[in-house]
Amino acid sequence: MSLRKNIAVSDSGFVFDPSSGESYSLNPIGTEIVKLLQQGRSNEDIIRDLTGKYDVDDATLERYYYDFIGMLKQFNLLENGE
Amino acid sequence: MSKIKLKLAATGLNNTDNPGPGVPVIRSIRESGTFSMEVVGLAYETLEPGIYMPGITDRTYMIPYPSDGVEALLERLEYIQSKEKIDVLIPNFDAELYTFMKSSDRLEKMGVRTFLPTLSQLEERHKSNLPRFGKKYDVLVPKSKDILSYQDIEKLREEFEYPLMVKGKFYDAYLAYNEEQVRMHYNKISAKWGLPVIIQEFIRGTEVNVVALGDGTGQTVGAVPMRKQYITDKGKAWGGITLDDPAMMELTRHIISKTHWRGGMELELIKTTRNELYVIEINPRIPAWVYLAVGAGQNLPEALVKLALGMEVKPFRRYDVGKMFVRYSYDMIVDLPRFEQLSTLGEVEPEKSFKSI
Amino acid sequence: MEKIAFERPFIKKLSAGMPSKFGMKTEIKPVTHIDDVAVEELIQKYGSPLFVISEKTMRETYQEAYRAFSTRYPKVQFAWSYKTNYLDAVCRVFHQEGSWAEVVSGFEFDKALANGIPGNKILFNGPDKPEEYLKKAIEQKAYIHIDHFDELYTLKQLAATLKTRPRVAIRVNMDVGIYPKWDRFGFNYENGEAWDALNRIMISESFELEGLHAHIGTYMMTTEAYGIAAAKLADLATGLERKYGHVIKYIDMGGGFASKNTLKGAYLPGTDTAPSFDEYAEAITSALINSGIKPENLPMLILETGRALIDDAGYLLGTVIANKRLSSGYRSTIVDVGVNLLFTSFWYEHQISPARPTTQHTEETAVFGPLCMNIDVIRESMVFPLLKTGDRFVISRIGAYNMTQWMQFITLRPNVVMIDPESKVHLIREKESLETIRQQERIPGHLQAKKQ
Repeated sequence: MSLRKNIAVSDSGFVFDPSSGESYSLNPIGTEIVKLLQQGRSNEDIIRDLTGKYDVDDATLERYYYDFIGMLKQFNLLENGE
Repeated sequence: MSKIKLKLAATGLNNTDNPGPGVPVIRSIRESGTFSMEVVGLAYETLEPGIYMPGITDRTYMIPYPSDGVEALLERLEYIQSKEKIDVLIPNFDAELYTFMKSSDRLEKMGVRTFLPTLSQLEERHKSNLPRFGKKYDVLVPKSKDILSYQDIEKLREEFEYPLMVKGKFYDAYLAYNEEQVRMHYNKISAKWGLPVIIQEFIRGTEVNVVALGDGTGQTVGAVPMRKQYITDKGKAWGGITLDDPAMMELTRHIISKTHWRGGMELELIKTTRNELYVIEINPRIPAWVYLAVGAGQNLPEALVKLALGMEVKPFRRYDVGKMFVRYSYDMIVDLPRFEQLSTLGEVEPEKSFKSI
Repeated sequence: MEKIAFERPFIKKLSAGMPSKFGMKTEIKPVTHIDDVAVEELIQKYGSPLFVISEKTMRETYQEAYRAFSTRYPKVQFAWSYKTNYLDAVCRVFHQEGSWAEVVSGFEFDKALANGIPGNKILFNGPDKPEEYLKKAIEQKAYIHIDHFDELYTLKQLAATLKTRPRVAIRVNMDVGIYPKWDRFGFNYENGEAWDALNRIMISESFELEGLHAHIGTYMMTTEAYGIAAAKLADLATGLERKYGHVIKYIDMGGGFASKNTLKGAYLPGTDTAPSFDEYAEAITSALINSGIKPENLPMLILETGRALIDDAGYLLGTVIANKRLSSGYRSTIVDVGVNLLFTSFWYEHQISPARPTTQHTEETAVFGPLCMNIDVIRESMVFPLLKTGDRFVISRIGAYNMTQWMQFITLRPNVVMIDPESKVHLIREKESLETIRQQERIPGHLQAKKQ
């Protein structure tokens, strides 16, 4: 799973998709995840990182993580075929 | 004479093909001989052109929509006022006026002055109340009626002749030739501006307009009549010319003196073939075409600021007849980081060097 | 290492022309406590969902309304509108404050009597007053507000049989310049029907004509209409003075005052636009004082306002069941409060607040109830903080009509508690059980035999 190559993400959580011209905004944890995806990290890897850092149980995190990934897919921000 | 320093805040920076009055109001006051100004833009949407136009706003803050209520607005304005020291605020949208009027006392306490109509003036001239307004002040108005449901639409033919006007509470007006069209406009308008939707008799004739300013004691500070020469598909003036029409001026002075109107005003009138003047709408603020009045010799926005500051204002005596305005559109180049900053932080600072993402 | 508080990640499309709330520092304020009692604690003890009524808010609202009218007019009496909320504990708070009872059915009449309200402090309204209850009302000396001519003649017969003069008023409907016009209740003013009814009452000598009653509509956002209504009733009263030398005891202006809820379809929020008690009072009392009624004959002013007195005192507490994406990607939140409990969600944009602080991040969300029914929608769309399964929330301003119009449908009705001014919590209506419902049912013999 990785972010489409040409997507720009700023530290303030602003996302610009140059192929569609759409802009998005992320909350801080959303920004963190997107940046990790940009580095090509796997979902499992990212989830492990986050559970260590945030006060949340595995099941809850996993649920909201995949909901978020679903939204990225919905907005067509992820590489196809994954 | 040295100029007085002034920090002005204004809304209505949407200089689109359906323009808000913010940009022309700011421009008029910037050309003032009295004030040297810094301008704080207040925007509802991130793409209002006035945010990005050079020489209009010095910085811009996003503010919550009127539908979020007085508290949300005041909270935001308190924050803005803690960073800026705004002297005078000019709201420029019909839909926000109620909220700003309700807030005016608390704004005053923060040191922000306004010059707005009273709540009863606002209510009285409301489209739904126009028939009563006509009777009370002895002016001609079209017959009108509020509708709240589909059932009301079927009954319209008992009282009105087609075509008729279908209007929103704050904005939007459409001509409808049959029930089907009324239904279509009703859906569109009610979804946007809520209920009631107002049905108005269609008066045949030429539309003419007046921009005016009342000082709240019944005196007309200034007034300039205009006819639209070219109209966009949204019914907005794209070109207009000042008129010499004593009847229009008399009607304006009559309304301002009877209502003791306070603040800016736009009268929308229909002049029939028999030379009767019908009042179609009274907008409780300065219209977007106000710069024509400035060009014709009456800087009404500047006079409004003076009134807000409690300065003495002498009524304007004259204006140039036959002055024209032609609007044009113009594409600016905007760098994405400016948009990004406004979208994520809700404010754009004046002299920040934007680095590309 | 200290862990960071978790918030679910989310992304939002920025679109020009749409309200861009994001990035604005306006947070959605949580409601963590009601009258100093923690929401979480209330739910732990009494379950979710839970209705909560603040006695303090009720009393303060009542006193505020009473002050608004009594400082402007010499004789003011409130009558609690039972249909708005007839839980006994609620009625008794208003009765303690000095309210009479305003009832619209035999059931409500009995409930008022059971709450210790004597008949001569009960106003009996409505189009359906069965003969048995009219009799009871006459015997108990209640004020009967006549709705139609058929009722007038029934009462006349009853008066003859019982050899008593019933104490009556007539309900008057009228054009007060608002729409829709309520003309289905009472006698019309403009066409002379009301004056005709008054004449028949005066001439028959079977009645004590005590008052005049109007109730011009519901959720009235304009106070002017009340001024017009008061002036028209006062005009009838002066007519009676002039023609019969008869002085009525009271003018009942009914209710219909708006609460601060936002109606669907309204652009501006109700907190900004709803008139205050002072504004209603000003319109009504100045119309009466400036009328042709002789100062020494000024009648008592009765108000039956229900919604505006109780709405703010009621809260509905609940819990998030699940979050779900609709096929469009639009977020929806399913909660344990359905339209069966919150009838008013059909016409209000109810304010829903989280029960604990959240960050300023919000998302447009549809809020669905738990019923397996497509109509079970609490909010079609609202800007809502990022709540998770099990999070609590508070719906405010729900005190009016919900605890009378609720339905036992699919789920059972939950506990209702009242928090007294000392912040003590009292259970005032116990939650229903399977037994509550089953005990009303009877099973025919042939369905009782057990099959193997």
